[in-house]
Amino acid sequence: MGRQETVAPAIELKGISKSFGPVQANKDISISVRRGSIHGIVGENGAGKSTLMSILYGFYKADSGQIFINGKQTLIPDSQAAIAAGIGMVHQHFKLVENFTVLENVVLGAEEGQRLGPSLAKARALLVELAREYELEVDPDAVIETLSVGFQQRVEILKALYRQADILILDEPTGVLTPSEADHLFRILRNLRDQGKTIIMITHKLREIMNVTDTVSVMRRGQMTATVHTTDTNPAELAELMVGRKVLLRVDKKPAVAGDVVLEVNDLRVTDSKGVVRLKGISFQVKAGEILGIAGVAGNGQSELLEVLGGFGRATGSVKVRGTAINIASAAQGRHRREAGISHVPEDRNHLGLIMDFAAWENMAFGYHHEPKYIRAGGLMDQAAMLDDTIGKMERFDIRPPNPRLNAQSFSGGNQQKIVLAREIEHNPDILLIGQPTRGVDIGAIEFIHQQIVALRDAGKAILLVSVELDEILSLTDRVAVMFDGHIAGERITAETDEKELGLLMAGMMEGAA
Amino acid sequence: MDFNTILQILDSTLRLTPPLLLACLAGLYSERAGVFDIGLEGKMLVAAFFAGAVAAVSGYAWVGLAAAIAASTVMALLHGFASITLRGNQLISGVAINFLAAGGTALIGLNWFRQGTQTPQLNGSARFSEITLPFADSIHSIPYLGPIYADLLSGHWIISYIAFLAVPFTWWLLFHTRFGLRLRAVGENPEAVDTAGISVIWMRYRAVIITGILCGIAGAYLSTCMNAGFVKNMTAGKGFIALAALIFAKWKPWSAMWACLLFGFLEAISIRFPNLEIPGIGTIPVQFMQALPYILTVVILAGFVGKAIPPKAGGEAYVKER
Amino acid sequence: MGKLPKWADYALIPFLNVLLAFFVSGLVVLFIGEDPIKAMGIMLKGSLGSPRAIGYTLYYATNFIFTGLAVAVAFHARLFNIGGEGQAGVAGLGVAFVCMYVDWPHWSLALPAAIIGAALFAGIWAAIPAYLQSKRGSHIVITTIMFNYIAAALLVYMLVNVIKDPGSMSPQTRAFVPGSVLPTAKEMLGWIGVDFPRSPINISFLLAIAACFGVWILIWKSRLGYEIRAFGHSESAAGYAGISGFKITMIAMTISGSLAGLMAINTVMGEGKRLVLDPVEGAGFIGIAVALIGRSHPLGVFLAAILFGMLYQGGFDLSFDMPKVSREMILVIQALVILFTGALENLVRMPVTRLFLRFTKGAA
Repeated sequence: MGRQETVAPAIELKGISKSFGPVQANKDISISVRRGSIHGIVGENGAGKSTLMSILYGFYKADSGQIFINGKQTLIPDSQAAIAAGIGMVHQHFKLVENFTVLENVVLGAEEGQRLGPSLAKARALLVELAREYELEVDPDAVIETLSVGFQQRVEILKALYRQADILILDEPTGVLTPSEADHLFRILRNLRDQGKTIIMITHKLREIMNVTDTVSVMRRGQMTATVHTTDTNPAELAELMVGRKVLLRVDKKPAVAGDVVLEVNDLRVTDSKGVVRLKGISFQVKAGEILGIAGVAGNGQSELLEVLGGFGRATGSVKVRGTAINIASAAQGRHRREAGISHVPEDRNHLGLIMDFAAWENMAFGYHHEPKYIRAGGLMDQAAMLDDTIGKMERFDIRPPNPRLNAQSFSGGNQQKIVLAREIEHNPDILLIGQPTRGVDIGAIEFIHQQIVALRDAGKAILLVSVELDEILSLTDRVAVMFDGHIAGERITAETDEKELGLLMAGMMEGAA
Repeated sequence: MDFNTILQILDSTLRLTPPLLLACLAGLYSERAGVFDIGLEGKMLVAAFFAGAVAAVSGYAWVGLAAAIAASTVMALLHGFASITLRGNQLISGVAINFLAAGGTALIGLNWFRQGTQTPQLNGSARFSEITLPFADSIHSIPYLGPIYADLLSGHWIISYIAFLAVPFTWWLLFHTRFGLRLRAVGENPEAVDTAGISVIWMRYRAVIITGILCGIAGAYLSTCMNAGFVKNMTAGKGFIALAALIFAKWKPWSAMWACLLFGFLEAISIRFPNLEIPGIGTIPVQFMQALPYILTVVILAGFVGKAIPPKAGGEAYVKER
Repeated sequence: MGKLPKWADYALIPFLNVLLAFFVSGLVVLFIGEDPIKAMGIMLKGSLGSPRAIGYTLYYATNFIFTGLAVAVAFHARLFNIGGEGQAGVAGLGVAFVCMYVDWPHWSLALPAAIIGAALFAGIWAAIPAYLQSKRGSHIVITTIMFNYIAAALLVYMLVNVIKDPGSMSPQTRAFVPGSVLPTAKEMLGWIGVDFPRSPINISFLLAIAACFGVWILIWKSRLGYEIRAFGHSESAAGYAGISGFKITMIAMTISGSLAGLMAINTVMGEGKRLVLDPVEGAGFIGIAVALIGRSHPLGVFLAAILFGMLYQGGFDLSFDMPKVSREMILVIQALVILFTGALENLVRMPVTRLFLRFTKGAA
């Protein structure tokens, strides 16, 4: 306690290195974070941010280097030690027990005594206090799965504060939040900082770094490339530091030449297996030669929309392709969709788009495996044709390594996405559905993927692009529809709108006539 | 059907339910913690054998019970080692344990006692005796209530009462203690438990050990209470029926009790009426009555369970991210 | 997560696992008070020591090939079919009906009909749990186990009350006419002038080899196999690709059940020449061990089935020469094999993977 003279930094890392097999995730990293400040860490996917924070939280053990907490060298072999050292972590994917109440989640692991009653009572009192102090209101008796992600995140913060954390690490905290929820989070963070807490925020969104942090560190390929005061830098400089070269923040594209209506969706409604209404009457059109973007915070019905259009979800309403109605009343219509000219790059390539244990050549026909070109006389699969086909696609889409016999899981995220993209685009669809085209994809591949999408548009195809990244929506689409709570909150011409307006629509704050 | 017949059937239900209930609760602890266990059957069988064998050798039922618990717990730890530590397939591990139990008990039994695959007949203190509840004799003459108390509720073995008392105890442990909170959490989201600084592995092992203990008691009931010794394959699918009851009960202790009573009741009926005659149809074959508990298990699982949502992390070994 | 070369994955690791299982089995024999080395010698001699012994070994292996393939096909669709025992039992009824109600002039006509009978009965018996899992959410493992018990009761009922031979005291059907009995190896080899002693091995063994080949084509070469494997690896991705989970579950289980059912051809038509109580004798369960050792590949299943055929046949001699080591020893070995190749697989896999990683690192 009480060292009054010079305040030691809350966290100081010296020479932290960590490798996983041949991959060096962290190389000789040293930083120091002042008490009572908000420190941002930016970097691309795979730059080593999460590894560094996992070391700080005791998930991994560093190969070398030292950690000082409040000036004292501290060993953090496990999460328990991290908690004891006053470190709390809000993970990107929340670590909450979904069918427990807020209260139960908060006390889990920090109970006092064998009986539960006293702990719960104590937590309830503290929650009321924290809510008042930091704008962290949340109903202590609510069951987690009934709460929105914004509230779930507050529970994570409350968990850390209940354990008397002085240092709070947030990993990509705004990925799942609406802009207004994010603003609320930033208010909470500033309140916490003003009470003397230290906050580390990991993100890849430069705007947020500029908005909320006091200091910022940039990571690239496992190394810390710079640490600066936020006021002394700007987004362009940070982006360059992140990637190591100048980055095109906008996609080069000509204005769209829209043709006939190709896809027409009318009053689409979906109720899921639990009886929750997911789509509440969606209507829109997509024309040939244009990209319609679907913006919105994850979980507002975008996934269900893609499932129905892709042929593996049930709905009521009508969907017409070039004026002909398609069957949306039953699932397992994937094959008919493809035959109707709809291709689909799904949001989740790990669980939908690819079979991770299948070789690239098997994945390259996935969903089209019934087509005559893959079937030999005698009705068996034509492996030679499938291999040839794959080799060609790997070349045209620059998929590395160009080995068709490798399993899908052996490729990087970007190359996996290219496998799916090659398969779906080369099928030459009239309509391409594409969900989160660049999720978990490195910057080099992002540019390539964006170019392919624009090229497909310019070839006169209709494209429906679902993304939670506003930047991607703004730079790629021609029109944008914003989904909120199962319906379309508004539709705009992309060139005539901006982030702020879309943000309000995403939060359901502005029900606009299109 | 007269009052006495009904009473007899209900009494028989109460005699047939305890092994199901103990096994069902055993499964509840394991599955609530995220470890699926289709090896309840095998653990019960091993326990029944060791209870019968050790009681016969030592002359004391209590010693047999202790041996049963020990043997069953060893099997439970084997399942734990396979599924928690080695992250093996939990279904396959359960299947292996069932076969190991079926083969092992018969093999050891043959070499130990040389009475085929049975253990010697138990009598005297080597078998649990039935307990008469206080005042059972004095209030027997009160119409209806008297016989219900004296004939139905009184006169069971100590393990029967333990089985039914285990229900409120389990409910309390699960929902009102720190241990219960952590146990449920580890079956729903082990990551939440891990990041809270609690060992997922140790939590799951503790659950599996409880499963072993309860299966041990259930097995001992079969060979030292309900029967006077061990007979080859005497569990006859009770472990699987207990598992079905657990699903039917949606992994809740009180519901588990009612589900097991239902299955016990069905078994009581099929034993009471081996050659049931239905007017107009004729005699129901004895084989059908014998298969009835299994048929109804299928029917209940298919027809009445609705959506049974198992603990979310069930069946999956815990691997830390990356 | 290290990657192993295919040969290590498919051959080395199962081999080490089986070795471990046998080692522990040896300890069990030692514990009982017999010499495991001597026991192994007796078993080897009993299973491979003479042409007759080999005939018996292959006869049992035929059963295990069918039940092993059954489990393997279901495994590819990530379905765990523990119901082989009941499916094969019910198939026995199918074969009995075909052979009893038609007086077949020649086995070559009876065999295809019996194949259909066996596959039909067993296929339906497996399709019901598949339907209940797909549409009603009943766990297929529990349902197939229940169906084993129900099948056993059904078989008793039929043999006691319906198709019992009135002239016999025991619950069994009358003997089939000669035209319904399959040619044994002795007869078949006799056609080409080779002398082979009398043993129950019959033409079903060739059928089993054909089934191995058929399953290989099905799983790795056909469109259906592609869809079955896709569904087995990822149900959600299969849905995305337009593969119906219901359809695959039903088809895979029906094929699986039918394969298990084919073993009834061997036991009922080939050996018993009539249907008796418990015609399966645990072969359905041994199929689980066989599929696990064989890593669900037909070639592996074939080899593992031969291994278990040796154990089974050698076990008879063993229980005769060493009365302490009863027939139940087979069940124990089977359990240990399932345990070590299935549940405790990582006991071997983890260190082997580490070893390989060290070697490849050293080479790089």
